[in-house]
Amino acid sequence: MTQTQIKHHLDDATLIGYASGTLPEAFNLIVATHLSLCDTCRAQALAYDAVGGALLDNTGSEMSADSLARTLATLDDGFDAAPVATATGDLPVPLLSYVGGNLDSIKWRPVGMGVKQAILPTSKGATARLLCIPAGTAMPDHGHHGKELTLVLKGAFQDDDGYFARGDIEVADKDVQHVPVADIHEDCICLAVTDAPLRFDGWLPRIWQKFARI
Amino acid sequence: MLRVRDSRDRAAFASLFAHFAPRIKGFLMKSGTDATTAEECAQDVMTTLWRKADQFDPTRASASTWIFTIARNRRIDMLRRDRRPEPEELTWGPEPEPEQSAVLEMQQESARLVKAIAALPENQRKLIEQAYFGELTQAEISQITGLPLGTIKSRIRLALDRLRHAMK
Repeated sequence: MTQTQIKHHLDDATLIGYASGTLPEAFNLIVATHLSLCDTCRAQALAYDAVGGALLDNTGSEMSADSLARTLATLDDGFDAAPVATATGDLPVPLLSYVGGNLDSIKWRPVGMGVKQAILPTSKGATARLLCIPAGTAMPDHGHHGKELTLVLKGAFQDDDGYFARGDIEVADKDVQHVPVADIHEDCICLAVTDAPLRFDGWLPRIWQKFARI
Repeated sequence: MLRVRDSRDRAAFASLFAHFAPRIKGFLMKSGTDATTAEECAQDVMTTLWRKADQFDPTRASASTWIFTIARNRRIDMLRRDRRPEPEELTWGPEPEPEQSAVLEMQQESARLVKAIAALPENQRKLIEQAYFGELTQAEISQITGLPLGTIKSRIRLALDRLRHAMK
């Protein structure tokens, strides 16, 4: 997959959570998707794996006497190597199994104002959704009760924090209130992950939120 | 590790086992696993190492780091924690092996990181350990600062650039 100039990166706490294996599935998914597009963050993530390796080096205990013999006996039992997937379209590899194909396999549902979404099947701790925002459309002004990560897959959007194009990820928490506007040139497709419902200011978006489960 | 990967050398596997299996077991016990389960898992992790050895890239990770990632994934499976998708794989493919100097530099960098972490102030080191043993929330993890990762990160970045170049 081609590397573009990515300007907006993941935060360290999320990368440490990914290295230690303690994030909810939806966050793991968006991290893996961003790392597929961003070698800067991939290097940072591998450095956090190296911290894990260093901690492993400093631990110890004792194995029982016959453990090596038992392990050696099972080494060559049959096993299947998992097939290695490669990206062929706009969707990075980690998303393929969640969508069941590429961009054209996404089962979009309209949520109003021309915006479409598809909620991805992940465990309960957090929600992952694909959003398609028509070119030039503004999402309603909203804040956050928890953490929201938004990764651009196609097109671009702009808000107070800057311009976000393919591969860029926006990290928003309780302090961020924003109105993302999709770039005028094409529809913007994003992967958005939240660990708590968004906080909308207008009453109309709040009603809409009930229906859209955002 | 490279003898296991390239020559399927069982004697080399036995010495890796002697070194790493007790460490994996200790790591899992610190993450809250009982001794019996931790021992079984340590054996599983070593078996996985044997089977997936061809995926080991010594320019991107030391043996400890690579084994840590297998142990982490085993812990996730065992605790039936949330699925953890991996990024798209980058492989050397049919390209020749990377230069020996890059492998050596990665080993030195990893050894330096072990020392640097050992030299951190006690409370800071504790926090990092707790994060990796799965005891901290995301909010607590964001308190972690000052990890000495600059040089190992730039080594890894160089390795990734070479790999991208080889994949073209």
